[in-house]
Amino acid sequence: MASKPRIKIPSSAKVGEVIEVKTLITHKMETGFRKDAKSGKFVPRDIITSFVAKFNGEEVFRTTLHPAVSANPYISFFMTVPGAGEFEFIWTDEKGETWSVKEQLAVS
Amino acid sequence: MTARLHRTVVDRREVMVGASFAAIAALLYPLPAFAQEAQSPTMPEALEAAIGDAKPIEGKVKIDLPEVAENGNTVPFSISVEDDGAANKVKAVHVFATKNPNPNVASFYFSPRSGKAQVSSRMRLGTTQEVLAVAELTDGSFYMGKQIVKVTIGGCGG
Repeated sequence: MASKPRIKIPSSAKVGEVIEVKTLITHKMETGFRKDAKSGKFVPRDIITSFVAKFNGEEVFRTTLHPAVSANPYISFFMTVPGAGEFEFIWTDEKGETWSVKEQLAVS
Repeated sequence: MTARLHRTVVDRREVMVGASFAAIAALLYPLPAFAQEAQSPTMPEALEAAIGDAKPIEGKVKIDLPEVAENGNTVPFSISVEDDGAANKVKAVHVFATKNPNPNVASFYFSPRSGKAQVSSRMRLGTTQEVLAVAELTDGSFYMGKQIVKVTIGGCGG
């Protein structure tokens, strides 16, 4: 279960500028290597495995995540601004469940 | 003739001893742990899955990681690949924690729109180890950087 995706981008940017895009989502990222204190059994793995960032429908950045990514995955990357538009960020877990959020980028 | 016979007997005995050790060892490993470890790739397997038989050259890849990680559960890192500032030349960066039970950390894929071949995230490190980052460039070349991180409290299972 993931929740509260948060995105940080500049309030506006110039065409051709390289901006940093910061993303965060709340998710346990259960590694599968942790033992439950009471039962002594391994807690099954439950992780986000993919993160995709699109701008105006075009993929600009992608990440494959493994159990070693910390809980509440934080991922930041860069993009050259082609113009104003809309980001779409999509997180997918191993079971195929997805969470997504959109964010507008203004150009000055 | 006697010498040859003696050698054969010793060999068979060695096989039997070895086999019993293996059988006992298999029984001693708790099944879930064994199953979990069996699912995880080894470091060479993980590297091969990511880059095939390519041999990365050391250089161009800069890893920004603390020398000492107080909390192995969340170790911030940044990777940047110096390539004349032309980010559209970096196709992917694969990051490995060489001594974690599963050495794969993440793979980051860039595009011509990327601007900079730089990413930041946070990783779990189970123990003091070397972190390896391999960059794949669009011309088919591979570069790598590595850094040892000392971990005071491991972050893979407590």
